[in-house]
Amino acid sequence: MRSVACVVLAALATGCSGEGDGAAFARGGPITPAYGDTFIEASLGNVSSLIPNLTSDQASHAVGDLLYDGLVDVNRELEPVGHLAESWRFSKDCLTLTFRLRRGVTWHDGHPFTADDVVFTWKMTMDPKTPSPYKSDFNDVTRVEALDPYTVRVSYAKPYAKALMSWSAKVLPRHLLERWVREGKVREAPQNWQAPVGTGAYRFKEIKSGEKIVVVANRRYWAGSPHISRIVVRVIPSQATQFLELKARGIDAMSLTAMQFKRQTEYRAFEKAYNKFRYGGSGYTYFGFNLRDPRFADRRVRQAFAYAINKRELIDGVRLGLGREATGPFRPGTWADNPAVTAYPYDPARAQALLAAAGWKTRNAEGLLVKDGRPFTFVLLTNQGNDERKKVAEIIQASLRELGIGVEIRVIEWAAFLKEHIKKRRFEAIVLGWGTGTDPDQYVVWHSSQTGPDDLNHISYANPEVDALLEVGRATCQQADRAKYYHRLHRVLAEDQPIIFLYWPDALPAVAARVYGISPGPAGIRYNFPAWFVPKQLQRYTAG
Amino acid sequence: MLVYALRRLALAVPLLVGITFVSFVVLHLAPGSPVEIGGGDLDPSAKEAREALVKAFELDKPLHEQYGKWLLRLVRLDFGRSFAPDGRPVLDKIGERLPVTLVLNLIEMIIILSLAVPIGVLSATRQYSTFDTITTVFVFVGFATPDFWLALLLMILFGAQLGWLPISGLRSMNWEYLSFWQQQWDFLSHLILPIGVATFGGLAGFSRYMRQSMLEVVRQDYVQTARAKGLAERVVIGKHALRNAMLPIVTILGLSLPTLIGGSVIVEWIFAIPGMGQLMVQAAFERDYPVLMGNLVIVSTLTLVANLLADLAYSAVDPRIRVGARRRR
Repeated sequence: MRSVACVVLAALATGCSGEGDGAAFARGGPITPAYGDTFIEASLGNVSSLIPNLTSDQASHAVGDLLYDGLVDVNRELEPVGHLAESWRFSKDCLTLTFRLRRGVTWHDGHPFTADDVVFTWKMTMDPKTPSPYKSDFNDVTRVEALDPYTVRVSYAKPYAKALMSWSAKVLPRHLLERWVREGKVREAPQNWQAPVGTGAYRFKEIKSGEKIVVVANRRYWAGSPHISRIVVRVIPSQATQFLELKARGIDAMSLTAMQFKRQTEYRAFEKAYNKFRYGGSGYTYFGFNLRDPRFADRRVRQAFAYAINKRELIDGVRLGLGREATGPFRPGTWADNPAVTAYPYDPARAQALLAAAGWKTRNAEGLLVKDGRPFTFVLLTNQGNDERKKVAEIIQASLRELGIGVEIRVIEWAAFLKEHIKKRRFEAIVLGWGTGTDPDQYVVWHSSQTGPDDLNHISYANPEVDALLEVGRATCQQADRAKYYHRLHRVLAEDQPIIFLYWPDALPAVAARVYGISPGPAGIRYNFPAWFVPKQLQRYTAG
Repeated sequence: MLVYALRRLALAVPLLVGITFVSFVVLHLAPGSPVEIGGGDLDPSAKEAREALVKAFELDKPLHEQYGKWLLRLVRLDFGRSFAPDGRPVLDKIGERLPVTLVLNLIEMIIILSLAVPIGVLSATRQYSTFDTITTVFVFVGFATPDFWLALLLMILFGAQLGWLPISGLRSMNWEYLSFWQQQWDFLSHLILPIGVATFGGLAGFSRYMRQSMLEVVRQDYVQTARAKGLAERVVIGKHALRNAMLPIVTILGLSLPTLIGGSVIVEWIFAIPGMGQLMVQAAFERDYPVLMGNLVIVSTLTLVANLLADLAYSAVDPRIRVGARRRR
């Protein structure tokens, strides 16, 4: 946990200012980890709840990550590490998972943390009166028992590969919430807003709705006190305003847009004050089809589209080049991703040939392809509030027009989009994105059984080979086996193109240069936040 | 007049019920539902979670039953709890944002009036002069300029480059450590840019009304009489003409009362001000019915009261109008 990024050199003071990793001196003093200073963050969204198990919005989870811990988490390489659990063991048949919990951990109010809290958190999540979006993570759990105050045994009905990572869910205090859960009023508990109590690196100080959240270091954190004493999360809904605050040094970190990263932060003063990082993001954008539509059910049409879109140009246009081409649903560089699968090259001639083979040969007076007397036109939907997706839709429209296909773009408000089009399957084509979590299992997205109105396979995809691979992939807990299945799955999906995988946008955070200890990796930069520090001589704000 | 006022107030109650009923129905007719727990991408939201919420919010009951329950709670001044994950009482959520919006809007209104009235009067009395032309162009430029664009420009100039004013928010990070007077100045300095931007856009409306109204009044016979009597021009315009020209402004002011509690969403969004505008837009996107209905009740009540006040004020100010007066035979 305590990774000190810089080595202190007993050499002459060069007077160079901090450059993140590697600089030894700043303003005449050695860089040593120090406690203190305040870190001011900005959040685009308002925090909606301080019990992260009840929400799925990013703003609430960012604060939840500071206040709470799960049994496990991920390290820099996205491998599982124990947080509240010291160690764990799977039984040979993958049906039982036993955790040995860390001793001596206390809640922020001093109460000791025990296995009862873990059992309680599971019971609360599964309680029918609790509105948690994470119930499906624990569907296969038959029993959770505390064998002793520091051992928890989880029993599964069938082997569940995501079992381990599903326990990165934050553990909640039984002694404060039990009553509320029993009455079905967990949202009204003080834990949800005024007084959240966790085991995390930071303790709650105050919240002002729409304005800021303040947390202070938990000096008795089990991994050792975090170095930065105080964190203030300011709610600033406009990205443009956040950027101005960044330039005026009113905030210390921000996720930059592609334009800001590439064109607007290339001047001396900014580079002195901030470090920019770039790593592959965890979500991808795609161009999807309603596979119940006979035109799109024909694989040749989908493959034709894949050849017709120049992905590199798309990334250059929409993200100024700050993204990676997507070949499948697994994050590049992770164990499930198959590096041998290549992207469809830009080949409009081949696209045209494929369309002809599918029956789209003749063109009408307007230059549109026709079949059985009907021109090939469709409506492309995307959700309002995402400029990037609109631009992607426009590029798709232009690319397909050259093939002789007419595309009409419609942008619809999110809630209406979800209810009227996605859930009712009333769409022809969409531009949307998928986020990927810590486990590569994607059963809920691709399996043919997940096509109900509330399920996530909204493109209505049904491929028996894919079904089999998904089932066997999630039914074993040996990573080597799963890797084989997922590599094959990657290949099948790439060939079948049920959706056109477009690109993985890069994450582009900027962090104040006075902060040391940042080490980017597949998990990003935040995985070791308690180890970030500001050397004494660079500290800007007094500790709270 | 008292009888008239009481009669209006008595009629306001059934009117309010009617307004809230129609709004309730229309709100529920909009596509989308408050139980979609999810963000900008589809989340693995469980059916059971949604069902738990539908039960908790009583969304499966018939519409008139939901409305009836809401109305009964309202009579006890219980506005219910928000559907958002924080589940806080609606009055808390509105109550913590209302003062900010009110202060902002009141200051803005005062500034607009104190600028618009002189501009309007002077433009009218010096019609087509250079002053008139310049101010006309100025207020129309202000009207046409997009709020957020102007806001960003001013933020860049005064905040980022000159560093004279804070860029966003309501308070500095070290507000708790400042002395009382420093705190007041800090709060005020945060308001300068948002109020400036909003005022620049709002000047056009009032100043043009004022100008038009004044132009009509100075053509009246009694103004000519006043001049003929030998009164100084200052008295003619400032006392006799102005009073009559202000009548439409009084009406507009009255009708503007309900808008005082509505925030300008764009200004709040750009300046990160936690006001009513942002709350309501977010509630609309999340289909947070209790918060939306709470806001509706407050705005409707204010509108009805404001209408009544405007009518009463009009009759008090204009002797030709006497509301509820009986014809003497």
